[in-house]
Amino acid sequence: MAEIKVDCTGETCPIPLVETRKALRKAKEGDIVEVIGTHPASKKEIPMAVKSLGLELIDIQEQGGMWKIRIRR
Amino acid sequence: MAGKVTIIVHSGDMDKIYSALIVANGALAMGMDASLFFTFWGLQRLKKGELEKGPLSKMNMLGLGKWMVKRRMKKAGAASLERLLQDFHELGGKILACDMTMQIMGIKKEDLRDDLISDYCAVGTYIDEAKDSTITLFI
Repeated sequence: MAEIKVDCTGETCPIPLVETRKALRKAKEGDIVEVIGTHPASKKEIPMAVKSLGLELIDIQEQGGMWKIRIRR
Repeated sequence: MAGKVTIIVHSGDMDKIYSALIVANGALAMGMDASLFFTFWGLQRLKKGELEKGPLSKMNMLGLGKWMVKRRMKKAGAASLERLLQDFHELGGKILACDMTMQIMGIKKEDLRDDLISDYCAVGTYIDEAKDSTITLFI
């Protein structure tokens, strides 16, 4: 199982969402996609997309305006 | 979540092309299908080298307003229209070109970015796409 990292630091709408989706499409079942970013709305919206896609949200962390979201494909 | 978004892209204004591409990319990112039907002034933006050339829909001020908005967008880290269009294509979005607009405005296939266009079509195709859509917009 691979771990795919996506860095969306400094990116704004809709890039974090789009880059997350691109990574999830490339990932194989069981792979973990880790997205980091700073855009506040994306921290709420990436989990919405994960739910819509029927995937597993592993965890969300935030520190000093930077968030990290981990998803299992 | 299944579902589909179909947008008529009628305007060629820069800010409205942004709206269309952002909504469409958002839909694809959330796992929906998305189709963009480019017609009239919107279709002008699919000509080679024309994507970023649209004016601002308000306060364009002969391009000064657009220049200011673009500068602020760059500062905010906003993506270019080209990047959004490429992402839309990569995520499987469908781009449809209105053939009547092509006739009226004398646009030939070779003037357009044929590599990105899935189909050259008319209202029947739009209805066929829209009837199964959960969201449809006219921009």
